Amino acid sequence: MTQGVFGTSVKRTEDPALLRGKGLFVDDIKRHDEAAAAFVRSPFAHARITSIDKSAAEAMPGVQAVYTTDDVRSLGPLLAQVAIGKLRPLLADEVVKHVGEAVVMVVADNAAIARDGADAVLVDYDPLTAIIDPEYAATNETLVHDELESNVIHTWEAGEADAVQELADREDTVVTSLKMVNQRLIPTAIEPRGVLAEWQHGYDRVTLHTTTQQPHAVAGALALTFGLPGVNSARVIAPEVGGGFGRGLNVYAEEMLAVFASRELGRPVRWIETRSEASKSTIHGRGWTATATIVSEPDGHFLAYSLVGVADMGAYSQNFSVAIPVLGQFTMPGQYKWEAIYWKMDCVHTHTPTVDAYRGAGRPETTFYVERTVDAAARDLGMDPIELRKKNFFQPEDFPADTLIGMTMDSGDYGSNLDILVEKADIKGLRAMQEAARAEGRYIGVGIATFVEACGLAPSGFADAGVSWAGYGLPSAFNESAVVRINPDASATVVTGTGPTGQGHETVWSQIVSDRLAIPMERIVVIHGDTKDTPMGIGTGGSRSVAVGGVAVAIAADRIKEKAAKVAAHLLEASAEDIVFADNGAHVAGSPDKSVSWTDIAATAYQPHKMPEGMEAGLDMTAFFDPSNLTWPYGSHVAVVEVDPDTGDVDLMSYSAVDDCGNIVNPMIVAGQLHGGIAQGIGQALFEEAVFDEDGNLLTASLLDYLIPTAADLPSFDLAKTTTPTDANPLGVKGIGEAGTIVSTPTIVNAVVDALSPLGINDIQMPLRPKRVWAAMQEARS
Amino acid sequence: MYPRQFDYVAPTSLEEAFAALGDDSKVMAGGMSLIPLMKMRLFSPDVIVDIARIPGLATIHDAGDHISIGALVTHGETASSDSVVANATALATAASLTGDVQVRNRGTTCGALAHADVAADQPAGALACGAVMIAQSASGTREIPASEFFVDAMTSALRSDEVLTSIRLPKTGAGEGSAYDKLGRRGGHSDYAVAGAAAWVKKSNGSIEAARVALTGVGIKPTLASGVADALVGTDGSDAAVAAATEHALEGVTVLEDLYGSEEYKSHLAKVYVSRAIKQALANI
Ligand SMILES: Cc1cc2nc3c(=O)[nH]c(=O)nc-3n(C[C@H](O)[C@H](O)[C@H](O)COP(=O)(O)OP(=O)(O)OC[C@H]3O[C@@H](n4cnc5c(N)ncnc54)[C@H](O)[C@@H]3O)c2cc1C
Repeated sequence: MTQGVFGTSVKRTEDPALLRGKGLFVDDIKRHDEAAAAFVRSPFAHARITSIDKSAAEAMPGVQAVYTTDDVRSLGPLLAQVAIGKLRPLLADEVVKHVGEAVVMVVADNAAIARDGADAVLVDYDPLTAIIDPEYAATNETLVHDELESNVIHTWEAGEADAVQELADREDTVVTSLKMVNQRLIPTAIEPRGVLAEWQHGYDRVTLHTTTQQPHAVAGALALTFGLPGVNSARVIAPEVGGGFGRGLNVYAEEMLAVFASRELGRPVRWIETRSEASKSTIHGRGWTATATIVSEPDGHFLAYSLVGVADMGAYSQNFSVAIPVLGQFTMPGQYKWEAIYWKMDCVHTHTPTVDAYRGAGRPETTFYVERTVDAAARDLGMDPIELRKKNFFQPEDFPADTLIGMTMDSGDYGSNLDILVEKADIKGLRAMQEAARAEGRYIGVGIATFVEACGLAPSGFADAGVSWAGYGLPSAFNESAVVRINPDASATVVTGTGPTGQGHETVWSQIVSDRLAIPMERIVVIHGDTKDTPMGIGTGGSRSVAVGGVAVAIAADRIKEKAAKVAAHLLEASAEDIVFADNGAHVAGSPDKSVSWTDIAATAYQPHKMPEGMEAGLDMTAFFDPSNLTWPYGSHVAVVEVDPDTGDVDLMSYSAVDDCGNIVNPMIVAGQLHGGIAQGIGQALFEEAVFDEDGNLLTASLLDYLIPTAADLPSFDLAKTTTPTDANPLGVKGIGEAGTIVSTPTIVNAVVDALSPLGINDIQMPLRPKRVWAAMQEARS
Repeated sequence: MYPRQFDYVAPTSLEEAFAALGDDSKVMAGGMSLIPLMKMRLFSPDVIVDIARIPGLATIHDAGDHISIGALVTHGETASSDSVVANATALATAASLTGDVQVRNRGTTCGALAHADVAADQPAGALACGAVMIAQSASGTREIPASEFFVDAMTSALRSDEVLTSIRLPKTGAGEGSAYDKLGRRGGHSDYAVAGAAAWVKKSNGSIEAARVALTGVGIKPTLASGVADALVGTDGSDAAVAAATEHALEGVTVLEDLYGSEEYKSHLAKVYVSRAIKQALANI
């Protein structure tokens, strides 16, 4: 398969190894003489450490070292990209600030001894009052960190509160307001985190294998933390990584601590996170409480929108921290034209694990608020929620469309996209079915939500707003690099700066190269996740890989093509402009028999004496790509649910979607991203929630109680697409990694609320566990 | 996560197993509940006696007047056995709704009973179907009726030196039927029971002659709701009669709030599922 492979559902080249269990993950990579680390973690959300007795652990055979904050304080706190608020000490320093905070690190000859050693460390705590509720934290009645002046570490604000208020105060306007919690979630990747640190004494370099989505950032942090000569002395490798969802878009204390221990002990040090540990020491996501308000005219014309609330950042700022809500600001207005807008989000510390990027990062939150409130407005206005949306959408002729929040959206035809869904899902038929069911006392709901997201995180100008890797000592911004190399035997190697965690970049990048160069897929190898191979890369997140990294690959391939055409022209005694590439070689346009193979081209390119006069040997090209804008994929989703009137149990009967992510390289992979994304968003709507008690204990610290959806809980999703390419990049691709997650959450909640609207129910707090739905029904009935 | 150190014994006969069992030992069958507890270090026995290699424990046996389910019969086998489906429908259904495919392929019915988890499915089925537990040890065999088997939170009547070698279930006679239904934690039937109920009824000449109703998920242990059964007996099993009987569902039960429901909600659910189970049991006759 070569040309024409762009846009086809090529099977994933990653899968043969993964499906056979042969993929090499961090814990599959073994080293001679390695040691293992385990952590003593705080059982309290807020407590003073009064004593640490290491003696029993140190005396255990096989225990090599027991480290506390005194041993690592000089390395400084954990670096963060957006260093606003309190940074995390590598090990708790005098006071623990959340359940699960690492207090002591034990390193032993193997993981079992390390665990025994950790259990043998005696830590005494003096419990202090824990602040768990972010709204209470925002009042500053009690401080989370004594050394900070306020629990509110940053406030995002945009638009004009007065203008919104004026419209709300107008007598002829309808005001719809909902205060909702977008609850805290625990990213649950199938592979827990893990690191293997190897300090090379004598060379004073370090190699770190880690489950990251951003190897370059980790390398930068290592270089700064350990005072290395540069990132050239910190090689960070993300081998196969079993899922990310944003939890790998971070730099973690355990990465630094394992390197420290390896340096101290002169042995490779491995740490593999346990599932229960993951729920407290890896970042959480979401955690917003906010009020959304829509002001409309009685005919449904939208006037103003505001979203005001607090975003829980947890106890310590890591990586993006307060920059997560601002990604939500980008899409906060939704797909609607407003005359006035206002947004204010207080980012607060609480005594809970850090909150950072989780699939969608900010955009699922703001999309949830606007889409839930649009549905509520439709009820207030007595309008059909579809008609209300269409009436207020940006129209095709508005693009490129400027939003009041200061963004410019590239392209879109929201109305047609929604029309296709209405047709395809037979929403008229569904409404008739719903009517008939209601007559029988059944509660069936049809929920619609539409969205636009800001993807392809770029352009590099965002760096000036603080979004770059400068916090890790790398002044690289949100661009990507790629290398395409034709080897002497005419096979091709592609090196990318993105950090895939299951997305299929190897396949898709090969498709892009194969399509452009007519080299068969099986002759292409994609290398990723190793900082030694790429000059830079921001990593995988924000649905940006194809729209930034994939495009860099295409540009590098085009550069190869340009040079290779000259070589082919030289061999064929033709003009380079007339050379076309096909069938693993090149020929003169219109004369397929005047051809050379890639083998001929490569053989020539690597033998200077056979090259055209004055042309340098080799076929190796690097490209950097910085798009002109974000990309703005969008779509329309519908869910049908039935609520059991006796139990509040929600049965998801069907789910259909029409998505537009611009041009598509591999439809199967896009469908896969949508299926997983939709499932994850449904997880938030129906099942998932990090629950703390008032003392800050995490009650959902294992998968026994933190409920994630399984395939058996979900119907098969019915997917369709429209195609509106972006002009922000030459491939016209927009990104699809987060779309499903962003919109499926409000889709489901809208469906359940629609089902229960005959009872006058307007909102139910997520997750819509049967207990909550039943309680809402009870309250409405009484 | 790593469990604490323990000794592992894999006997090939019951006698060897008995010899290995002691005060701080645990029998392991499918390991589906035992291993996670050990890995979380909530539970650290000195000796694990893995009974998987003991011959003769993996069968479902028809003994004429009753059937027996051996200690190594998996949830999946219980669920799909024609004999169990016909003679102990409630237990077969409960087994079919236990966990996911992987768990049903490894976990055992006897293990689920011995584990005595209040949120588990099969204990309710065993209670309603009138199971008798066969507990064997070096000192002999005890026959423990299901009604006396579930003693406390995660505590059965088994001694630490005993193996639950099989359970016996009476065969379904004329006019008898049973059923199990639950609300799972992830909604529908998915996951452990927020609340569930199993019912067994015997009808003759249009009236209910005998009944057993069991609850799961709501208190501290799977339990018989004898007040419901007593109220049902003698009625015609009409919806009104079922509704009246259901009112007795929580007699003697202390309903406990958890992540999945308030006391009020779980009390309500108990009645919903008692009613559903009875109606389905009547329909299954
Ligand atoms: C992912 C997952 C989902 C689950 N979902 C559900 C669910 O929805 N509903 C539900 O009811 N359960 C559920 N379970 C629990 C599951 O059913 C267990 O398999 C079952 O409780 C134990 O059976 P086992 O054979 O695996 O026992 P083991 O784990 O081997 O043992 C469990 C306990 O019983 C004792 N024991 C086992 N067999 C014997 C015996 N023959 N004699 C004496 N003692 C014995 C052991 O000593 C131990 O204390 C789930 C488990 C998992 C891992």
